Amino acid sequence: MEGMSTIVKRVTPLLAGLIFLYGIYIILHGHLTPGGGFAGGAIIAGAFILLILAFGSSALNLKKEVAGSSNTESIALLMVVVLALMALLFGTKVFFFNYLPKGEPGELLSAGVIPLYNIFIGIEVAGAILTIFLALVIFKEESSK
Amino acid sequence: MELTISIILGFMIIGAIYALHAKDLLSAVMAMGIVGYGLVICFLLLKAPDLAIVQIVVETITLVIMVAVVLDSTREELAITLDRRAILQMIAGFIVFAGLFYFFILAIEHLDPLGAHTLRMSETYVNGAVELTGSVNLVTGVLFDFRAYDTLGEAVILYTAALGVLTLLRIKGKK
Repeated sequence: MEGMSTIVKRVTPLLAGLIFLYGIYIILHGHLTPGGGFAGGAIIAGAFILLILAFGSSALNLKKEVAGSSNTESIALLMVVVLALMALLFGTKVFFFNYLPKGEPGELLSAGVIPLYNIFIGIEVAGAILTIFLALVIFKEESSK
Repeated sequence: MELTISIILGFMIIGAIYALHAKDLLSAVMAMGIVGYGLVICFLLLKAPDLAIVQIVVETITLVIMVAVVLDSTREELAITLDRRAILQMIAGFIVFAGLFYFFILAIEHLDPLGAHTLRMSETYVNGAVELTGSVNLVTGVLFDFRAYDTLGEAVILYTAALGVLTLLRIKGKK
C-alpha cells in the first residue's frame, strides 16, 4: 500500500493530532457528555488509520505495530476485569460494583469507577480496531508479494 | 419530526435497493454509505447522540475497509443465473416476507406512538441513575453500572474478532 500525495501528507499530521485529542476528550468526559469508551476508542483508532492511509504501509514496521496494538488491547481488557474484581478487596461480593466514592455529579472526577472503565474500554476498542486494520494491511502486503 | 425521519428512511431504503442491484461494486459500497449515514441523522433526530457518534465513526472505518477490498479484488458483480432452484428460493422468500408483513401490521396497532413507550424498569433507570451511579450521562451510567456485563461481553467480542482476524489472515508462520 503506497502513501498519498504531498498535500495529504502535509495536512494529515495536523488533523490526526486533533482527532486523537477529540477521542481522548470523548473518553474522559464519557460520564458527563455523550460518548464514552466505545465511541472514543473508535475515534482514536480512526486517527491512526488516517495516518496509515496517508503515509502508506512502508513508513512503519507493520509486524511490530500489530504486536504492540494486540498487546495493548489484551492488557486493557485484562485491566477491566481486574478493576471489576477489585470490588472483592473492598468488602463487597458484587462483580462490577461501583466501590469508589461517587463525588459530586457533573464534576470531571465523579461517578466512582465509571471513568476508569471508560478509559480501559476505550484503549481496548482502539487497539482492537487498529489490530484488525493492520492485520488486513499485512495480509495484502504479504499476498501481493 | 416523524415526516423527516420517514423521508430519510425512504432514502435509506432506496440506497439499500440500489446497493443490491448496482452493476459496479464500488457504487454499491457508496450506496451502503447512504444507509449508514442516514442512520446517523436518524439517531441525532431521535436524540441519541451516543449512538450517532459510534455509528458515524464505525461507518467511516468500515467504508474505508470495504472500498479497499473492492479496489483490491474486482469491481464487477457476479452474473446471476435464473434456474429452477433460484426461482423456488425467491418464491419461498416472498411467502415468508408476506407472512412477516401481515403479523407486523397486526402488531403495530397495539403499540404506543413513537417515543411514548416506557417500561417500568427503564423508568427506574431514568429517574434514579444519577443518584445510584453518580454519572450524569445516563447512557454511560447504564452501560458501565446496571448493564456492565453487557459491556464486558461487547469488549470480549471485539477482542475475539481481532484475535480471529490475526489468526485467519496469517500467511507466514512464526519462526
